[in-house]
Amino acid sequence: MTLDEMKPGNECRIVKVNMGGVVGQRLLDMGFMPGTTISVIRNAPLMDPIDVKVKGYMLALRRSEAKGVEVTSL
Amino acid sequence: MTGSSSEIIVALAGQPNSGKSTIFNALTGARQHVANYPGITVEKKMGTYRFDGRKTVVVDLPGTYSLTSYTQEERVSRDFLIHEKPAAVVDVVDASNLERNLYLVFQLAEMGIPMVVGLNMMDVARQRGLRIDIEQLSLELDMPVVPTIGNKGVGIKELREAINQISKDGDSTSATKRADLRQRFLRLDYGAALEPVLGRLEKRLSEDVTLATRYPLRWLALKLMENDSEVQRLVREHATNKENILSSVAREREVFQAEHGEASEQAIAIRRYQVAGEIVEHCVKRGKEEHRTLTDRIDQVVCHRVAGPIFLGGVLFLLYYLTMKIGGEHIAPWAWKYWTMLRDVIAGILPAEGLIRSLLLSGIVDGVFAIMNYLPIFLILFLLIAILEDSGYMARVAFIMDRALRAFGLHGQSTLPMILGGVVVGGCAIPGVMATRAMKDQKARMTTIMIVPLMNCMAKVPLYVLLVSIFFKEHQAIMLWFMSLITLGVALIVASVLSRTVLKRQESEPFILEMPPYHLPTITGVIRRAVERTWLFVKKVITIIVAVAIVVWIFITFPGLSKERTAYYDAQAEEATNAFMKKLGKNNPYAKLLAGTGLKEFGQYWDRYKKKKMGARSKEEKDALNEKFSREHPEFFKIVNKGKGLDGKKDKYAKKVYTAYKRLDKTLKRLDTARRKETVHVSFAGRFGRFLEPVSQWAGFDWKINIALASSFAAKENLVATLGTIYSVGEESGDTLAVTMAKDTAQSWTPVHALALMLFVALFPPCIATLIMVRVETGSTKWMLFAATYPIILGFIIAVIVFQGGQLLGLTALQVMTLFSLFVFTILAATYFVGERAALKKQKTFQPLDHATT
Repeated sequence: MTLDEMKPGNECRIVKVNMGGVVGQRLLDMGFMPGTTISVIRNAPLMDPIDVKVKGYMLALRRSEAKGVEVTSL
Repeated sequence: MTGSSSEIIVALAGQPNSGKSTIFNALTGARQHVANYPGITVEKKMGTYRFDGRKTVVVDLPGTYSLTSYTQEERVSRDFLIHEKPAAVVDVVDASNLERNLYLVFQLAEMGIPMVVGLNMMDVARQRGLRIDIEQLSLELDMPVVPTIGNKGVGIKELREAINQISKDGDSTSATKRADLRQRFLRLDYGAALEPVLGRLEKRLSEDVTLATRYPLRWLALKLMENDSEVQRLVREHATNKENILSSVAREREVFQAEHGEASEQAIAIRRYQVAGEIVEHCVKRGKEEHRTLTDRIDQVVCHRVAGPIFLGGVLFLLYYLTMKIGGEHIAPWAWKYWTMLRDVIAGILPAEGLIRSLLLSGIVDGVFAIMNYLPIFLILFLLIAILEDSGYMARVAFIMDRALRAFGLHGQSTLPMILGGVVVGGCAIPGVMATRAMKDQKARMTTIMIVPLMNCMAKVPLYVLLVSIFFKEHQAIMLWFMSLITLGVALIVASVLSRTVLKRQESEPFILEMPPYHLPTITGVIRRAVERTWLFVKKVITIIVAVAIVVWIFITFPGLSKERTAYYDAQAEEATNAFMKKLGKNNPYAKLLAGTGLKEFGQYWDRYKKKKMGARSKEEKDALNEKFSREHPEFFKIVNKGKGLDGKKDKYAKKVYTAYKRLDKTLKRLDTARRKETVHVSFAGRFGRFLEPVSQWAGFDWKINIALASSFAAKENLVATLGTIYSVGEESGDTLAVTMAKDTAQSWTPVHALALMLFVALFPPCIATLIMVRVETGSTKWMLFAATYPIILGFIIAVIVFQGGQLLGLTALQVMTLFSLFVFTILAATYFVGERAALKKQKTFQPLDHATT
């Protein structure tokens, strides 16, 4: 599954970042590594973007970007 | 540019939210100045301090998470480090977020510049139960690590000392020591998979003399393996055997991907994080971590589905209320008193009459002061924005609003600029445009800059109020609402069109936004930023306003009246004066006093007295005023006081002079207004206005409106003022502009005229001051000109449609307004769905990794 399909309050582990270019590089820079644990904290009031916790800090990203992150639910 | 040993340059780097600016302020104190990097809009802050007898120049690099070539900020930082070769680089690291911050430390170290880590926000880390072994960290990174708390000034002295030491080692005359120092920072072990490849590339690159002397080779090799387009460009530009190098890089990347199942840039990033993770494990001991931090608890409310937007609305309302209401209605008028005092002082110094006075006073001083009037509002606004920025709330605003705005090519971060511009009637485009500086997404930022001037700034409001009070007496509130809704609608449509057409090629950035922990802003930090921004505005705007004010003045004043007309007005005035003298009678003792220059002197005395008298409210004030004027000139006083002296004694001669002069004054003022009106009529501006009339009449504008519109270019408040001059709201009638204009337009104007004019003004080009800020923020004259012209065309088309449509169908203004809003909102809805569809499509066909990398 992909990160945008996760429900708030759940945790998952990154399998792979399936995006190249700017988005992929930025996700790598922010610590989206295979094996990294992500907890989905909340949706924005209009359901997009989403707020996640990764490597101890909070990050908001649009669903279109989260779609590129392959995860397994924990 | 290591410079002489008496002056060194030090770069300050760090990730966003690492407290870099607090360290910068603590290091350099008040000795700072702000510039832009050449050709782009990224701010370049510099400051200096002295340490150990050496002047140290600190250059604040933009905060970045990484050093790729994808964003302007990252490129700027890299270029500075590579080309300017500072004596040392200080990386400010957030101690509470060490792993991610180390990722940047490694990349900076690879650039081969002596480096110091400022381990900042130690207090926050401690609060979170993190204990960092600084010695161990310094040992593993092989560079000095200085613990700091920037906003409290802790560790600054030690940091200066470390900078001094490391840069001294860097300038060391011993080549081996220098090489050793360089070497130390160049090695992060990329592991068995990457090291051989890097080694091969390095060797190949070292064969090229230009590259080998100019750039750290390992850095080049790494960047090439990361598929970095800027470094590819460097190679193409400088390397003699560029084809060779680039093709072997491409081959290495392909082989790597095939062998390891991942792109080399991924492997590089993963390796950096892996090492960062290991170091954190060795150096950081986690105590009992707070389960739910304060930030988590605040976010639960502030980002809540229902409470979040309400809270946001409250914050924005407060911002609006404090600046526009408190600042605009109380503080600005209070400050205005002092501006007018200053104006009076200047007016007193200038020659009493003539062109020079007119130019300096009506042209320059009034032009500059019209803008200065907004200064207190800006200061308050910039203070509040700095508080919001430093607290961390801005990221939440973007989080909440992004979905609603992105379909129009905007960004969650466009919210604040638009609010400042005046989504609700009464903002100002200048701070709006300036607030876009915080936006990283260049495309959304440019789109925002282009539409902020379409919002309803404070200076447009007087015209709305004027027209609404004449033509829409029964529907005043509805009309004002309509104006703010319609301008928002049009602005969103424009944004969507611009971002898909002329701004299509602007750099866009993914929405991946850190939500930093909340923290209390420091007073000095906030004040410093607010003053800095206000000053930037003053500096940029004043000079240009002066130039524009002169041009506008010339256009309204020249070529002036013909000799015959001047003679005509002079003769009329003389006739009236003669009649006045005759009326006084031969034996009036005051006649002698008022003969020759005495009359002029009296005229000034009269005007001054009347003006002061109007301002005096209480009886005490009036008495004091009378006493003062009587002391100044007892005879004149008897006249202006309707024949009574201060002692109350009546003087029938003085009374007679009073009655006669009152009439003369009225006649002279009327002549003066007529003369001014005719001057405008025959002026260049008047000619221009009439020249445009054949076209502008399609929207229902006559030449008077044309002149007023042209003059509002300098500052929007000129609009109503110029209308005032043209419709000659004179002291003679005491009518307000609304009444005069209503009389003048009674036969020829319908509410549809007024509606067309209001819509045109709503979209009319930004004032000069805003355009200057557009120039500053876009860094391009071309975009400034675009921002000046497209609204005229758009506004005119809309005004023509509304005016002609209304006339043709014989509709009332309210009907036209309803139809027009339906039209706008239909297009708006269509734009939204198109935008959303495009976003969804992008989501489905996102750039897959293997396409991107090969």
